[in-house]
This record gives sequence, C-alpha cells and structure tokens, in this order.
Amino acid sequence: MIKISTIFAAGLLAVGLALPVAAAEQGAHIEKQHWSFAGLFGKYDQNQLQRGFQVFREVCASCHSARLLSFRNLEQPGGPEFSEAQVKALAAEYTVVDPEAPEGSRKALPSDAWPGTGQSDADLAAAFGLVPPDLSVIAKARKVNDAFPNWVFNYFTTYSEGGVDYMHALLVGYEEEVPAGTVDSQGQPYVLPDGKFFNEVFPGHAIGMPPPFSDGQVAYANADGSDVPAEMLTADQYSKDVSAFLMWVAEPHLNEHKSAGFRVLTFLLLFAALMWFVKQRLWRKVEH
Amino acid sequence: MSAHESNYNPTNPVEKWLDERLPLVRFAKATIIDFPTPKNLNYWWTGGAILTFMLAVQIVTGIILAMHYTPHISMAFDSVEHIRRDVNGGRMIQATHAVGASMFFLAVYLHIFRGLYFGSYKAPREILWILGVIIFVLMMGTAFFGYVLPWGQMSFWAAQVITNIFAAIPIVGEPILHLLRGGFAVDNPTLNRFFSLHYLLPFIIAAVVGLHIWALHVPGNNNPIGVEVKSNRDTVPFHPFYTMKDLFAIVVFCIPFAWFVFFAPDILGHPDNYIEANPLVTPPHIVPEWYFLPFYAILRAIDFNFILDSKLLGVIAFGGSIVILFFLPWLDTHKVRSGTFRPTFKWFYWVFVANFVLLTWYGAQAADMKIIGGLTVADTSKLSVAYYFGYFLIILPLLSRFEKPKPLPNSISESVLKHAPATN
Repeated sequence: MIKISTIFAAGLLAVGLALPVAAAEQGAHIEKQHWSFAGLFGKYDQNQLQRGFQVFREVCASCHSARLLSFRNLEQPGGPEFSEAQVKALAAEYTVVDPEAPEGSRKALPSDAWPGTGQSDADLAAAFGLVPPDLSVIAKARKVNDAFPNWVFNYFTTYSEGGVDYMHALLVGYEEEVPAGTVDSQGQPYVLPDGKFFNEVFPGHAIGMPPPFSDGQVAYANADGSDVPAEMLTADQYSKDVSAFLMWVAEPHLNEHKSAGFRVLTFLLLFAALMWFVKQRLWRKVEH
Repeated sequence: MSAHESNYNPTNPVEKWLDERLPLVRFAKATIIDFPTPKNLNYWWTGGAILTFMLAVQIVTGIILAMHYTPHISMAFDSVEHIRRDVNGGRMIQATHAVGASMFFLAVYLHIFRGLYFGSYKAPREILWILGVIIFVLMMGTAFFGYVLPWGQMSFWAAQVITNIFAAIPIVGEPILHLLRGGFAVDNPTLNRFFSLHYLLPFIIAAVVGLHIWALHVPGNNNPIGVEVKSNRDTVPFHPFYTMKDLFAIVVFCIPFAWFVFFAPDILGHPDNYIEANPLVTPPHIVPEWYFLPFYAILRAIDFNFILDSKLLGVIAFGGSIVILFFLPWLDTHKVRSGTFRPTFKWFYWVFVANFVLLTWYGAQAADMKIIGGLTVADTSKLSVAYYFGYFLIILPLLSRFEKPKPLPNSISESVLKHAPATN
C-alpha cells in the first residue's frame, strides 16, 4: 500500500534535486508591500481607491488608456464607491465620440467607457518609443519572481499581489544616474540609451516612461476640505494608491469574490465533516 | 453490459412495463447500486468519482462561458474580461473553469499514478487502461485548445509553438500545420477552429468515459492487494458504501479547488496571459501550463541530431512518451499486480514519480539555466528523459522476468482480517 511517508520521501527527493538549481536564480529585489486586499479576508480600502483614482486621472491617464474601465464602475460596490451624482458630474467633464450625436460627439455618461488619453497612438509612440500599455488589467499582467522555495508558500498564503508589488517597486524604482557598477547582460558597463530612464526594477533597466511622481505633486484633499498630512503626499504613497486602484480596475469584484469564497469554504468544511461521519458509520460494520 | 447479474425485481406495473421494453432502471441498479466492489479499496480509488465530477464541472461552466464568449481575435480577450466584469457571477464561473482545468489534471495524474503502482493496467484490464490513456490524450487536446481561447500572449504563443511541432513531421507535417492553423499563421481561423474543437472534445471525452466505465464493470475493480475477487465475502455493493465514500472524497477535493477559485484564481496561470495576443512581440519565456511541463521538457530535451533531425526526434520523443503508455500492459508482464508485493519494483516506481516531478520542474526553467557546474537544464533533463523511457522499455520488462514477489494473501477477505484490529 502507498504510505504517506513514502510520498513524503519522493517529494523530498524531488525537492532536493531541485534545490541547488533554485539557489542560482535571482533578479531585481522587489519589496513586497502590505495591501488591504491581500489574504483570505482582504478588502479594498475605499479611501485608497479614491486617492488612487485621483492619481490615475491626474497623472497616468494623460498617456495610458484603460479601455475596460467604465465611469459606472466607479460607483459599484466594492470599488471607490463614488456617489451616483459624483460619477455623473465626472463623466460630464469628458467628451466622447458618438456618431449618432448631432456634432459627432457628446458629453460622456456613466455608461460610457473611460475615454482614453486624447492623444493618438502615433504621437504617443513618437514620444515614448512605443504606445504606453493599457492599464485595464496591468495589475494582473505583471508579477514578482520568487525564488524557490518561497513561491511554494504563495499557494498557501494565496499571494496574488505580485502585480501591484511589481508596479509599486517600478514606480519608485527610478535613479537619476546609472548606479556605479551596473552591468548589462553581456557583463559590460551599462549604457543608458538616449531618451530612456534608468529603472532598477524594469527588465533591461531602460524604460521609456519618465519618473511619474514627485512628492506633493497630487493634492489629496479630505472630504471636509481640510489638509491631509504631508507624509501622505509622497511619491511612495502615490505609487501605492495608484497600484491599489489599478488592482481594483483589473479585479473589480474581489471583495464579493473573497467573501463568497469564505462562505463556500465554511460550507465545504462542514459538509466534509458530515460526509466523514456518514462514511464512518456505514463502514463501521464492514471489515475492510 | 455488466458481468454481474442485477437483482432488480420490479413490482409496480409501470416499472414492469418499462423493464420489458427498456431495462433502464435494471441497468442503473446493476451499475451504480448493486455493483460488487472489493471492500479493501483505499482513497486512491476515489479518483474515478472525482474525475467524473470534474468533467461535469468543466462541461457545465464551459457551456455557460460559451454563451458570453466571442471567438474573434479582436474581441476574444475583451469578451473574457466582459465575463469577469459584467456577467452575473462571471468571475466565479470563469475562475472555476480555469482552475478546474488544473484540478482536473491533478486528479488525472493521481489516477494514472495509482494505476501504475497497483498494476491496474494488467490483464484483464488492458482495454480499460487503454481507454484511460485515450481520455488523457483527449484531455490534453481539450486543455490546449481551451488555453488558446482567452487570446492572451501565452495563448497565442502556445498555439504558435504547439502547432509548429507538427511541422517537423516529414511530408504530411506542413499540410497538418496549415490544417490546424487554418492558414499559414495563427490567426482568426485558428481561434475559430480551436473554439469549435474545444466545445466538441469534452463530449467525446464523456463518451470514452462511458466506455471506460463499461470496461471497468466487466472485470470489476482492481484493488490495493491486486488479488482478484474470489467470493462475495470480498465485496460490498457499490451503493451506499462507495457512493458515500466517493462523495466524501469529492467534497474534500473541492476544498483546495475552492481555495484557488476564490482566493487566488490566477495563481496557477501565467501573468502574460493578461496581455492581449500580439504576433509582433514574443514573450521572453514561453511556458505551457504546469500540467504539460513534463512532456514539454521531454520535447525540449532532444536538441541533438541522431540520424534524424533534432526537431523530428523531439516530436518522436514527445509523442512516444504518451504512446508508450498504450503498450504498458505488454511491457510489464509480471504476474503480481500490486506494487505492495513487489519490493524491487517499488523503488523504481518511486524514482519514476520523483523523475516525473523533476521533468515538470525542468519544463518550467529556461533550457540554458545552469544546474550543476557547467551542466544546463538541457543537459540534465536528458537523464530524466532516459529514465522515463528506460522505466517502461528496460526496467519493467526485466523486473517482469527476474523480480521475486513477496507472498500474496489468498483473498481480499484474508488480507483484510489480518489487518483488522484485535477487538473484532
């Protein structure tokens, strides 16, 4: 009969064979952040999403599109949850193309998609080398490379924040000068191409996007109009907030998804316990 | 269809009337209620029920997804996002289907390795085993076609790489490649036909599963000691004993399933698949889903010419690694079925399991990654490929001739009584 200990032995053997290899792996170190939406009971922080939206709108959206985001999403439960009136007013600030409208365009409605950058792809490509990526699902299209055996634990901690950890690290990973001792893939001293910026996290280090944030650049305001503390107005904080916001854009139903999961798991555990007793009781009188 | 008689005695006139015309109830009673099943089956024998459940889950969620999905290269990616965002319960259904594929393969691997250890492929169950291998091949096809549908970067490049494999076959390779792609490149016709096939294959799987179960019911279940059923003291009726045990196993299996679906739905996938397919940008590492990695590692390990071109050799090794399973009943002809009573076999078997896990790991690494000293993945994975084939072609035939087994119990009942607690 297959014994549990044998399985462990086989597993250990496989792990042992893999270990020396894994030690050789490495990449740019990315500091994992604490996110309110991580883990089993994770939920978005509504205030953070609202701040993140402000950063996105004032900074990112001038060059990046987010075609899967609609104005109406901003009032959905589990998101930034702006009020219906706020979203209506916000949408009305934008103009969208509509062939049915008398002028060929009209003011946006909550049902409209986020209108894009207002610049043509050709202009953007000319300015940055290529068209800046759409941000709709970017938070799930990036990851952090964990060395073995660390990634094994991710299945147990449900680590799904690799995208936002990467994004945050990237947004604050700029250096004005190429750090001394940096080498390229051939081992030669690193030369930054013209028109590119040095970023320690970006693969190949040469990124087309200029450093997006400086301290104090986005003026957060409290709902009552009072000042927010200065430590909230930092590039690091903007990076965190906009990353969290983009996570929500990529995964808008995370809150309800996770709470449904908790109910499903509770049910399954109870059901499994009951089935165990049913099975035990049935088999009690059978020698097997 | 079963070898065993049904003890169905209709008393009600309607049941009698039906039974004389279409003995459906008689058939159901014989197959899922009375079916005499060895009483010593362990939890490895719950795989069949779990797999049937998973097939049903995939078909039901898949049919719903197909209602909202658009198989067109300019809309496929966004339509999957539309399902996640705007369809009621869509995120859950989509996640169940995607994670479900992984769980399905996890279960099928456990089921296959159960069969390998307990000699479930040996006479009189060769057809049962072969039908199982056919199901496995069909599953691989279905999973591959399905993975292409969201039209992300990995979808596109997987389609590119996998269809290209066929181009290595002499003479017919090129026409097969064009037939699969519906043109010279992976494009809209490819996506359309993959969608069509992805919808078709699960029903063919269901049909072969029907045959698989039929072929199971003729000789009956193998069991952990591999000694055939001798009398009805060795068996219990399938219902309620195994229906309830299987149901318990299914519920337990659903716990990690739900864990991934609800808390980490993308952890088993690749982030690059959240980037829409772009024929002009090749991802830095093209990796298949985890369940294809061992076979991908075998394909990739053959990077040398030997009489034939390395590309063709790789395809032969890749295909051979699965085709060889069809011949297993005639490669391992040892009289004893269960690995429990084969002391030498046991060792080779567990090395085979570890080797398979290692191949999975190799499949995920870059081929030029250093392992030990100057040896790369490409070098060391050749050893694993050699062991994979050596196990079937050399070790099992030799063991069949020379291995001396431990004494077998006379019957299932005898073996059970020996293990029973003293209080009985």
